[in-house]
Amino acid sequence: MSRELPIVAGEAFAEAARRELGDAQLRANLGRATRTIRDKRARVVAEVPDWEALRDRAAAVKDDVIARLPKLLTQFEQAVTAAGATVHHARDAAQANAIVTELVRAEQADQVVKIKSMATQEIGLNEALEAAGITPIETDLAELIVQLADDTPSHILVPAIHYNRSQIRELFARRMPGFTAASDEPAVLAGAAREYLRRTFLAAKVAVCGANFAVAETGSLVIVESEGNGRMCLTLPETLIAVVGVEKLLPRFADLGDFLRLLPRSSTGERMNPYTSIFTGVTPGDGPRRLHVVLLDNGRTTVAQDPVGRAALRCIRCSACLNVCPVYERAGGHAYGSVYPGPIGAILSPQLTGQDAGFNRTLPYASTLCGACYDVCPVKINIPEILIHLRQTGPKPAAERAAMASLSWVMRDRRRWRLALRAARTGSAPLRALTRRRGGTLHRAPWPLSAWTRHRDAPLPAAETFRDWWRRTHES
Amino acid sequence: MSPDLPLLFAERAGDYRAGIHHCTAAELREVLARLLSAASRVVIPPGLPQEWIDGLTVPLLLDGASPAGPAGSGAAAPITGLTAADLDAPGVSVLTGCAVAIAETGTIVLDAGAGQGRRLLTLVPDHHVCVVRDAQVVADVPDMITALPDPTRPLTMISGPSATSDIELNRVEGVHGPRRLDIVCVH
Amino acid sequence: MRIALFVTCLNDALFPRAGIATVTVLERLGHTVSFPQAQSCCGQMHANTGYAAPARTLERLTEQAFAGHDVIVSPSGSCVAHLRAHTSLPVYELSELLIDVLGVTDVGATFPHRVTYHPTCHGLRVLRLADRPETLLRAVRGLELIDLPEADQCCGFGGTFALKNSDVSAAMVTDKCRNATATGADYLAAADNSCLSHIGGALARHPAAPTPIHYAEILASTGPAS
Repeated sequence: MSRELPIVAGEAFAEAARRELGDAQLRANLGRATRTIRDKRARVVAEVPDWEALRDRAAAVKDDVIARLPKLLTQFEQAVTAAGATVHHARDAAQANAIVTELVRAEQADQVVKIKSMATQEIGLNEALEAAGITPIETDLAELIVQLADDTPSHILVPAIHYNRSQIRELFARRMPGFTAASDEPAVLAGAAREYLRRTFLAAKVAVCGANFAVAETGSLVIVESEGNGRMCLTLPETLIAVVGVEKLLPRFADLGDFLRLLPRSSTGERMNPYTSIFTGVTPGDGPRRLHVVLLDNGRTTVAQDPVGRAALRCIRCSACLNVCPVYERAGGHAYGSVYPGPIGAILSPQLTGQDAGFNRTLPYASTLCGACYDVCPVKINIPEILIHLRQTGPKPAAERAAMASLSWVMRDRRRWRLALRAARTGSAPLRALTRRRGGTLHRAPWPLSAWTRHRDAPLPAAETFRDWWRRTHES
Repeated sequence: MSPDLPLLFAERAGDYRAGIHHCTAAELREVLARLLSAASRVVIPPGLPQEWIDGLTVPLLLDGASPAGPAGSGAAAPITGLTAADLDAPGVSVLTGCAVAIAETGTIVLDAGAGQGRRLLTLVPDHHVCVVRDAQVVADVPDMITALPDPTRPLTMISGPSATSDIELNRVEGVHGPRRLDIVCVH
Repeated sequence: MRIALFVTCLNDALFPRAGIATVTVLERLGHTVSFPQAQSCCGQMHANTGYAAPARTLERLTEQAFAGHDVIVSPSGSCVAHLRAHTSLPVYELSELLIDVLGVTDVGATFPHRVTYHPTCHGLRVLRLADRPETLLRAVRGLELIDLPEADQCCGFGGTFALKNSDVSAAMVTDKCRNATATGADYLAAADNSCLSHIGGALARHPAAPTPIHYAEILASTGPAS
C-alpha cells in the first residue's frame, strides 16, 4: 500500500475499523489505557477552578496567532535569528525533508537522534532520511517500541498505546540487543531503554526535534516531555534541527503561563510533566553550537483560510480527544490511516491534505458527533462542528445525494409529508402484523437497511402516526 | 507570598516521587552532607554557595567558571567543562539551587544562573539534589513566568524524577534523566 | 400556558407515543398544547450527513411553521439542539420546559417499575440537561431509578454513523446494552428516540434486557405499564 503522506488515509475508515475491531487484545489494551488516562485527566482538571477561563483564553490566543500568522512568523524569525539560530522555510513535506537531509549531510553525520515530534512524522522525515542513508533513532520510549516493532504509531501522545507490557517485553527480548529481563514491570522495561539508548545519546552529533510552542516575542522554543530523552537531544549533540509547524507560535512569552497549565493536565493527566525545556537560540557553553529552525507550512496556511475549519490549527497535540472518543477507543489509531488519529485527526488530516486525497473523505464520518472531544479540548476546538462542516463541503456518494434530495423534497411540503407517512404506514402493515409477536421490530432488511439490521432490529412505521392521532383526538 | 506556598510546593513535589527534606538554614549543611554521603563524586556548578559545599565529605567535580565569579572552593581544582562521560560515571550526584519553584505543580525551574550551571549537569548524573528556599516559591506557572529574571536563558522545568507514561499509560519513574531527585526545602 | 409541540419527523412516523405522552403530561398540568401542521423535519439529519442546502430549507420551514409561538417543546434532545443552533425559535426540551419554565418536578405520574436512564450525548453535552430528566423521574410514584454504569458514553447511534460505520457502532451499542442489562432494570429510558431506536434495536437481541422507553411516556403514565 503506497501513500502520499503519513497523514492521508489509505483505506476507508469503516473497512480499517472493521479489521481492527477484530483484534480482541488491541481492544482490551486500548480500553484499559484510555480509561486510565481519562480518569487521571478528570482528577487533575477538577483541581483547577478557573479551567474554563483558561480554555477560553488559550483559544483566543491561538485564534490571534492564526489571524496574524505571517506577521508573527516574521517576528519569531527575527528574534530567533538574533539569538543565533538559522531559520529555514518549508512550504511542504518534500521541502522540509530536503532541508533537514541537507543539514544532516553538512554535519557529515550518518545518524540522528530524535525527540518525538508529530511534525516530523507528518512529513515522513524518518523515511526520507533513511532513503538518504541516514539512520534516524527515535528516543522516546513509545516511539522506540513502534520503531523496534516496524509498526506505525496509533496515538499522538502514546504511539505504542496498542501494546501492553507483556507484548513490549517480548518485543524487547526479540529486538533490543542485550535485553534479558524476565519481568514485564514498566520500570524494568523503562530501565532497559535507558541502558540501550545512553551510549547513543553520548555519541550523537545531530538531533532533530519538533516544538510544542514557539514564542514570537523572544524566539524561544518549548519542548514538553517526560523521560529526559528530549533534554539529552537538546543538550548533547552539537547540532540541533527543530522542525516546527507554523501554527505552534504563541505571541508572547507570558502566554506560556496558560498553555503550560493546560497541556500536561490534558495530555498525561499530570499537574506538570517531568521536564519542560525552554531555549532561545544558541547559548555559548550550554547545549548545541548550531540551531536550525525549519518552519513547516504543509497545508497550514490553506487551512487558515477556512473560517470554520481553521480552529483545528489551535490544536496543541495533547490527545485528550483521543482518550475520550468512543470511536477511537474501539477502532484504535491505525484505522484513521494517519499519524493524526482520533477526532482531531478526523478534522486535521483531510484539511491538511484535502478530502480528495486517498480515503480522507471517510474520516469526517468516523464520529457519532457525541461531543466528548469538544468537552475536553484545552483550546476549545469545536470538533463536531468542524466534522459537520467537512461533511458538508466534502465529496459524497451519488446514491446518498439522491436519497437526501428526495427526502427533503418530501419533507418540505406538508401534503407530501403526510402522504409519505401514510404510504409508509400502509406499506409496512403486513410487516407489523408479522413482527407483532416479537415487539413489532424488524430483524432483517434488504440493503441499504441491512447495515442497520445486521447488528440491531429496525423499528417499523407506527400503525397510527402522531399527526393522525392528533387529528383524531384534537381536531374532531 | 502566601505562607502556605512552600508547604504546598513540598507536598506536590512529593506527589511525583521527589524525595522531600525540610530544614532550617542552619541545618542545611548537615542535610546535604547526609544526602550526598553515598555519592562517588558530587558535581558542583559555578556560583554555588560555599556553605552548601563545606560539609561535603565526598570528592567534588567543579564545572567551568562561574558567571557570578569564581567558584572559590579550595576543596578541589576547578575543571573547565566536565564532559558527558565524566557526568555519566557511576555514583555521580549533582547539587544545585534553582531560579524559581512552583507550588501548584511541585516544579523546580533552573535557568542556568549561579548555582545551577549548564543544563547537562542536572541531566546525565543519576541523582540530583536541589535546594529550594521558601522565598523562591511562587504560586503557579504564570507567576513563575513573571518571576524569571531573563526568559531567554536556557530554562529547565523539573517536576519529579525522569518518568514515562508510555506503557499502559501508567507513570513509572526513572528513564533517561536522574532517577532520583531530592529536594531540600529551606525554611 | 400555550405550548406548541414540535414532535419531530422520527416520532411522527415511528414513535408517536413520545409525542402523545408529551401532550398528555402538559394537558394534565393544565396547559394548552398546539400542533402546527406544517412541521416536518428540523434539518438535523441532512446537516449532520453533509447536506447543508436542504438542511437550511428545512430549518427555515420549521421556523415558519412555528412563527408566533412563544414556547415550543420537543421530546427530542438532538432536534432541540439543532433548532437552537440554527434558528431563533424559543424551543425547549421537555425536561427544560417542565423544570425551568413551568417550575414543576412532580408531574403526577405513577410508574411502579425499575428504570435506568441513559443521558443522550446531545442532552448531556450540548443542551446540558444535567440531572433534569432524572429529577422528574425520581418524583414519579413507584419508580425505582437505578444508575446506569458508564452512562456518559455514547450509544453509537450518531445518525448515519450507525450505517456508515456499522461495526464500530455495533461495538459501542454492545457495551451500552451490557451496562443497561447489568442494572437489572425493567426499562431503559432516554430523552431521544433516535438513540433509543438504536439501543432498543440491539436490546431486542439481548435476553433479559430492559425495555427501551422514552421518558415522556413514563411521565405520562398513571399506573403499571401494560
